[in-house]
Amino acid sequence: MTFSLAGTATAQPAQKNVILATTTSTQDSGLLDVLLPIFEKKTGYFVKTIAVGSGQAMAMGAKGETDVLLVHSPAAEKKFMADGNGVERRLVMHNDFIILGPAADAAKIKGMKRAGEAFKKIAGTASLFVSRGDNSGTHAKEKDIWKAAGINPVGQKWYQETGLGMGQTLGVAAEKKGYTLADRGTYLAMKKNLGLDILVEGDGILLNIYHVIEVNPKKWPKANVAGAKAFSDFMVSKETQAIIKSFGVDKYGSALFFPDAGKKEEALGK
Amino acid sequence: MDIILEGLRQAFILLVTFDPEVLGITWFSLKVSGTATLISLFFGMSVGTVVALTQFPGRKFVVSLINTGMALPPVVVGLFVTIFLWRNGPFGFLEILYTPAAMIIAQAIIATPIVMGISLASMQQLPKKLRLQILALGATRLQMVRILIREARLPLLAAVMAGFGGVISEVGASIMVGGNIKGYTRVLTTATVMETSRGNFDIAIALSIILLLFAFLINLVLTHVQQRERPR
Repeated sequence: MTFSLAGTATAQPAQKNVILATTTSTQDSGLLDVLLPIFEKKTGYFVKTIAVGSGQAMAMGAKGETDVLLVHSPAAEKKFMADGNGVERRLVMHNDFIILGPAADAAKIKGMKRAGEAFKKIAGTASLFVSRGDNSGTHAKEKDIWKAAGINPVGQKWYQETGLGMGQTLGVAAEKKGYTLADRGTYLAMKKNLGLDILVEGDGILLNIYHVIEVNPKKWPKANVAGAKAFSDFMVSKETQAIIKSFGVDKYGSALFFPDAGKKEEALGK
Repeated sequence: MDIILEGLRQAFILLVTFDPEVLGITWFSLKVSGTATLISLFFGMSVGTVVALTQFPGRKFVVSLINTGMALPPVVVGLFVTIFLWRNGPFGFLEILYTPAAMIIAQAIIATPIVMGISLASMQQLPKKLRLQILALGATRLQMVRILIREARLPLLAAVMAGFGGVISEVGASIMVGGNIKGYTRVLTTATVMETSRGNFDIAIALSIILLLFAFLINLVLTHVQQRERPR
């Protein structure tokens, strides 16, 4: 690894820097650590990754404070595009969300097919549920499922919001023996220290889809258009998609993400 | 307990094998916090000394402000520095958000009131008669200040240590204005946060131990200077 010193930042032309606002899951799973050096070597750009929740990433994009986004909150992304904040939104990959909980499973949801039904049982038995509560993509998905279950958990005693990233929220859920919703990638990466089991998986609503979006340069002239496009192209390129496909197989026994470039969003999970 | 032992083992391995990434992060942490401390010494000690040695209306209010500044929360500094440095913000033209420069600015803002407050207190606690005596012996004002600083060396070095300690251990501002970018703005504290959220507790503990180790070594040197020859 090369190490840049304080002075070199200003020596580079400004357009060398590409600001990527992304979710904690892409950083915490280690995927970006593999992909970014390849992109930087290939193109000469320097990527500044700001790993935040999808909500904050899109807020940064809407203020023109980032060049490109890699996010997983489709409904919010569509609104982001409709508001004219982004120019191109391309499907990159997916994995899935899983409902996790302690092995004791007080709400008896293990093996249930519908995520909404499982959430109903968690609410019905007033079992502790630990939420991200941070407007991230995972939090948005969780709210979708509560909506499907017809329950508003906010303010309930058994519903706790951490306001933290996925890794830390998993830690809280494990420590308090609560239920939580997580993306499979982060869960697999952290599994060894957790003691939480996968209780519900495979429901269509649990699909976790990642898109890359370039920020609209017409709205934000300071955005690095070329850099954003180069990164977006890189993410959907054949080579990158092949790396995504095999990422994590050696370490976790299964892939963390499934490449989807060029596919239709509606066709996923069928 | 096992995880702490594992962390100790990891820290040892990372240090003796000169792991380039960890060495880079460590060196960078020291550089950012060291630079920020130097800047804070310049502003903190000069203003602290002036306020300590002069009388003016509203002085008590200014001293209260400085003392409040000693408790300035790093995240608040981080938030405001971020907003000011946004590329569409008032200082966006500088284009330094998510760079080491932004981290140095934020840390200097955190350390300055700490250094200022302690300098102020340490200069003020010198006996008033000493000043008169120095002036009576024919010293200029500047010479007087130099002698006073020498006299107050013990508490002034404590100010350096407190300022440096405040910023090397700080995480909220560094992660906000630096972005924890690998090989660029990642410091020991932000790396520890990230490794913790990745579930790599052993590496997180190892990084913490390295941070403590270097904080100790630097304070050891400073303490050595401080205690070398006691005034009087």
